[in-house]
Amino acid sequence: MLKNLCKRMFKKSIWVYHCNTGACNGCDIEILNILTPFYDVERFGIKLVASPRHADAMLISGAVTRPTLPLVKRAYEAIPNPKLVFAIGSCATGGGAWFDTYNVTGGVDKVLGVNYYIPGCPPRPEAILYGVALALGLVDKQAAPVELKQMEFPIDMYERNEAWEKRNVIYELLK
Amino acid sequence: MWLTSKIKQLLMVMKPGVVTLDYPNERPPVPANLRGQPVFDHQKCIGCGGCSDHCPSRCILVRDVCQELRVMLYDGSRCTYCGRCADICPEQAITMSNSFEIACDDKDDITTRMELFMMSCQRCGRCYEMEKTNAIDRINLKGFRYDNLEQRALIRKTSETFSTELLKESDNYQRPSKK
Ligand code: SF4
Ligand code: SF4
Ligand code: SF4
Repeated sequence: MLKNLCKRMFKKSIWVYHCNTGACNGCDIEILNILTPFYDVERFGIKLVASPRHADAMLISGAVTRPTLPLVKRAYEAIPNPKLVFAIGSCATGGGAWFDTYNVTGGVDKVLGVNYYIPGCPPRPEAILYGVALALGLVDKQAAPVELKQMEFPIDMYERNEAWEKRNVIYELLK
Repeated sequence: MWLTSKIKQLLMVMKPGVVTLDYPNERPPVPANLRGQPVFDHQKCIGCGGCSDHCPSRCILVRDVCQELRVMLYDGSRCTYCGRCADICPEQAITMSNSFEIACDDKDDITTRMELFMMSCQRCGRCYEMEKTNAIDRINLKGFRYDNLEQRALIRKTSETFSTELLKESDNYQRPSKK
């Protein structure tokens, strides 16, 4: 549903507003990196704008800190509907290493509804491009939850008891 | 003047040609030392919880469901890909893979859940202690392999199915010594 909406609404271009909510600058540098001629995100029609009122999407980096919390909310409300939120970096996706510290709300999704998560500390420019391409429906999602299960001991219960009895000479001695 | 400078600029940019990487269609090789998402090997993991203790973002959670089952949950949304868990793991059960294209629209997509089978006494809940060695001898042992069954005649190894070869192999098993 969301993908279709993205495709229809943002077919030509997404104007993004980059919002730093307490990032260490690592993620911001990588966001700037995708605007350079080498990665050149503008070939997707993505343009960085200075005001949230012009934007379709919001790139948020950094765990939302307490001082920036009301400002982030106001910036989010200023973006006209429909809007997309990208959480960029581990800090934005889940709070990073400081998800439970006193001054941090712990991830953007605690404050706003996030549409796309791009984890990494900082994410590679390719990873950010991948997230953007995912939102535009150009690539498929590669991540999936992993479930691993360890099997029990190789020793079957019956054979285990047998092996134990064979080796358990103490009963023989007591007889 | 204006025109000549423009021509000069044009010549300047013509020399390198197109530098832009056509990313989602053309993938450059990843650097050899890239640390991506950690990958867990449940066959090797012994459930010691060392990775969980050393993770700076506390994103590996250890939960004991019951006495014999330990569930480890890796929450990739907080992971900073520092590689400390892989460094600390005594069994090398964690490797830092080079996958970084893990953008998703659901946080659950970047989690790993591991169910580990733990060996402990059914009565007291401790690990088995069946060695008759002294404390100095025990230092030689690899700590976590210590809790073996039946007078260390059986090595604790996991396999997908029960194999008699593994049992036979473990019949005459002697623990490695430094001599
Ligand atoms: S995810 Fe890493 S690089 Fe990005 S803001 Fe947080 S600490 Fe800095
Ligand atoms: S790479 Fe670092 S942050 Fe991620 S699980 Fe391992 S120790 Fe934790
Ligand atoms: S440190 Fe290694 S062996 Fe210990 S619980 Fe973590 S993955 Fe398993």
